[in-house]
Amino acid sequence: MTATIDTPAAELGRARLRKEDAKLITGQTNWTDNIKLTGMLHLAFLRSPYAHAKITRVDVSGALSQPGVIAAFSGADFAGEQGSLPCAWPVTPDIVIPPHPPMAVDEVRYVGEAVAVVVARDRYAAADALASIDVDYEPLPPVLDIRTALDEDSPKVHDAGNKSYEWVFANGDVDAAFRDAPVVLERNYRQQRLIPCAMEPRAVVAQWIGDEVTLWSATQIPHVLRFALSAFFGIPEQNVRVIAPDVGGGFGSKLQVTAEEVLAVLIGRKVGKPVKWNESRTEGNQTVHHGRDQWQRIKIAADTDGRIRGLEVDLLADMGAYLMLVTPGVPLLGAFMFPAIYKMDAYSFKCTGVFTTKMPTDAYRGAGRPEATFAIERIMDELADSLGIEPLELRERNWIKHEEFPYTTICGLTYDSGNYEAATAKAKVLFDYDGLREEQRLRNERGDKVRLGIGISTFTEMCGLAPSRVLGSLSYGAGGWESASIRMLPTGKVEVVTGSSAHGQGHETAWSQIVADQLGVPFEDIRVLHGDTQVSPKGMDTYGSRSLAVGGIALVGACDKVVAKAKIIAAAMLEASEDDLEFSAGRFSVKGDPEASKSIQEVALATFAAHALPDGVEPSLDSDATYDPDNFSFPHGTHLCATEVDTETGFVKIRSYVAVDDVGVVVNPLIVEGQVHGGIAQGIAQALYEEGVYDDAGNLLTTTLADYLVPSAADLPSYKTERTETPASNRLGVKGVGEAGTIASTPAVVNAIVDALRPFGVRDVTMPCTPERVWRAIQAVQSSEQSGGAA
Amino acid sequence: MTHITVTVDGVKYADQVEPRLLLVHYLREVVGKTGTPVGCDTSNCGACTVLMDGQSVKSCSVLAVQADGSDVTTIEGLANGELHPVQRAFHEEHALQCGYCTPGMIMAATDLLRDNPHPTEEEIRDGLEGNLCRCTGYENIVRAVKRAAEAGVAQ
Repeated sequence: MTATIDTPAAELGRARLRKEDAKLITGQTNWTDNIKLTGMLHLAFLRSPYAHAKITRVDVSGALSQPGVIAAFSGADFAGEQGSLPCAWPVTPDIVIPPHPPMAVDEVRYVGEAVAVVVARDRYAAADALASIDVDYEPLPPVLDIRTALDEDSPKVHDAGNKSYEWVFANGDVDAAFRDAPVVLERNYRQQRLIPCAMEPRAVVAQWIGDEVTLWSATQIPHVLRFALSAFFGIPEQNVRVIAPDVGGGFGSKLQVTAEEVLAVLIGRKVGKPVKWNESRTEGNQTVHHGRDQWQRIKIAADTDGRIRGLEVDLLADMGAYLMLVTPGVPLLGAFMFPAIYKMDAYSFKCTGVFTTKMPTDAYRGAGRPEATFAIERIMDELADSLGIEPLELRERNWIKHEEFPYTTICGLTYDSGNYEAATAKAKVLFDYDGLREEQRLRNERGDKVRLGIGISTFTEMCGLAPSRVLGSLSYGAGGWESASIRMLPTGKVEVVTGSSAHGQGHETAWSQIVADQLGVPFEDIRVLHGDTQVSPKGMDTYGSRSLAVGGIALVGACDKVVAKAKIIAAAMLEASEDDLEFSAGRFSVKGDPEASKSIQEVALATFAAHALPDGVEPSLDSDATYDPDNFSFPHGTHLCATEVDTETGFVKIRSYVAVDDVGVVVNPLIVEGQVHGGIAQGIAQALYEEGVYDDAGNLLTTTLADYLVPSAADLPSYKTERTETPASNRLGVKGVGEAGTIASTPAVVNAIVDALRPFGVRDVTMPCTPERVWRAIQAVQSSEQSGGAA
Repeated sequence: MTHITVTVDGVKYADQVEPRLLLVHYLREVVGKTGTPVGCDTSNCGACTVLMDGQSVKSCSVLAVQADGSDVTTIEGLANGELHPVQRAFHEEHALQCGYCTPGMIMAATDLLRDNPHPTEEEIRDGLEGNLCRCTGYENIVRAVKRAAEAGVAQ
């Protein structure tokens, strides 16, 4: 089924400049950190300098005598009310979910965990007074390596041990697939720990008035947060309002119920004044949840012609010290993506979630799917190499052909649409694939110092999170629907309320385009409201590339309801039968009599006046709709990367990068292209630059942007992007684009580096592929060849 | 406390400040210029970039007392009745998403184009190395600076 749109598609597909920009380019923004309330006090947290320690004494009295200090608290002061930060995804019945107090009371389990707080009249005074708090610790041994954390003699993070869960999935006869397979390859890949680094640090303001609290937070999930504050911290839901003002990026890192949010609410109640906390970058790197951090063992069985028989995946996933909102579920989002676009007879997956004394991991752009895509696309290149088959050819022999859609994969997912042939063909032309292969051959023949490598990533992903029933079957604690409301104002202008709270995605523009088409009102006449639970009472918020594929469809449903109501009133106004009316471009007209018509704006005004409504018709055109998808959406594409690798220095330069993405029908190509660019950059960052590093004592070494290398414009290439379009099976035909670039690009870059170094015998470089690591990978092969006497 | 006089976006302010007060906190919390955000503690991200006597500075790395007697332009003072060409170019090229880095990026780009009115792509990328963006992958930022250069920002 493809998109069915009754009104002319004047806006869909149009590269509208964004409505959001006007305030952002002039500094007229409302970041949480801008909020100032009368009497507002500032919080500063004292944080654990130990990765693991007993807290034997906390004395905050010294802070109380410091200038400007109003109060100071330790974890014990919240013991009766702070409960435990929630984990919404208990992936197995026997999962270990340790208590996670927002402020540590007896024991700290990662560097940066909050142990005390100062409340002062300004942020400088609050920070100064931290030095006057005494904490006695009894250090305990840290647990830092998930590969040894399950050994019997390993120190324990929690009394229950270091294993949180083991989750398995299998389909087909895996033993049979591997038995007698002519080719079996096994590889181990490292998904390093990443730090999300949204440009806006977190910030929180909490204000109590009577028994009602308003929490402003730089969050992606105001609705989930409101629910959590009520369900887990005992504040009646009707008394909680959460506002996400302008939010400066998330990438999953603000998909969280954080200690600081909960504590700000509790502290605000204790001190009876509004309180504010804003994080420093160092605090952020230490205490905003991290991403990735897996060891992957992947094993593939194939025939000599390259046909995949089976795939086996065994993951160790670092949970960090606690399970946060969706920590244990992130690897599961990857579980279904290792088979990717390929057909096979059998598949098995196992993931073991392991505790360490580090910051918890959780969703970070792509969440599970980049990890899976990396492993499968890396091993496809290895398989191609070992069979002597051209790597694109190997992929084509295995991928689902365009005529085979809808196709149910070995994981049981039904991919509704796609055309891998078309995306790949387009990418090859744009990239000059054959030309670059020829150049590579010549440079290898010449023995150039700087080698050319070509990396391929023919990826897909599952997004549009998510069908509620599927989430339920995976033990997720909530649904995946989204809501939208339309308010038809008397003057014919429109307010659109969405439950999907944007933080850079451009909802205000894209949603206006959709509504303009559906209702036939001018783009400029539409205002989109979001991010405040009092304005937008229902929603599941923004993550997992879900806003358009779920929230956008809810929006179309809400528009339908407006048109249906308006039609009844228009029929009365025109003294015609409803059946004789047609609605097009914002006008109801009598079939065969185009002169007899009323605009939707005229109907809105007549509804407001309500002087002549038909009997039983409510004087309102407003509508409310929710949409729960019956499937995920499956964007796909072919990304090609050419790297030049200096074999003497290990320096990698990306010479060209081509991305052809199929994200279904496009509402706004400008926004889509921007999402692809940013996604690619984040994936390249994992491949080449970024790694969250802890030392042997469990101290985070990459606490600043000087140590944690978020790439600049000078570190990244220009990207060539194009699209193919196979519509998804929802009413708009849309799939989602927020994570595609990040999922696709990491393996494309690393495949290109390894491809450049294959003549040297290099078969892998561990990410991030820094010059040193690339250089060492070459040296390691050469020295082993020398010692082994190889040619 | 130290007495300082600073002109910010064309308005002269006289204040008593702690000598340790950062310029960015002076701008945001004393003067109320919240258009200039803070993104890091180490002058790596550039979100807080403003023009001080015409030169771009990271206002988290300048003390308010160092700005005494200076003329500071923030993102809020860049438009002069109509959008500055760099602001317009950022809008037209979709060079921002969440917009948090945007004020600093625009100010840095403005300074870059004053120094080098017709930069190559490489010069733009190198010139903006001190400003980080997590959303755009920089592609459209580079396009925006090129567009602003073509519009003749620098004259």
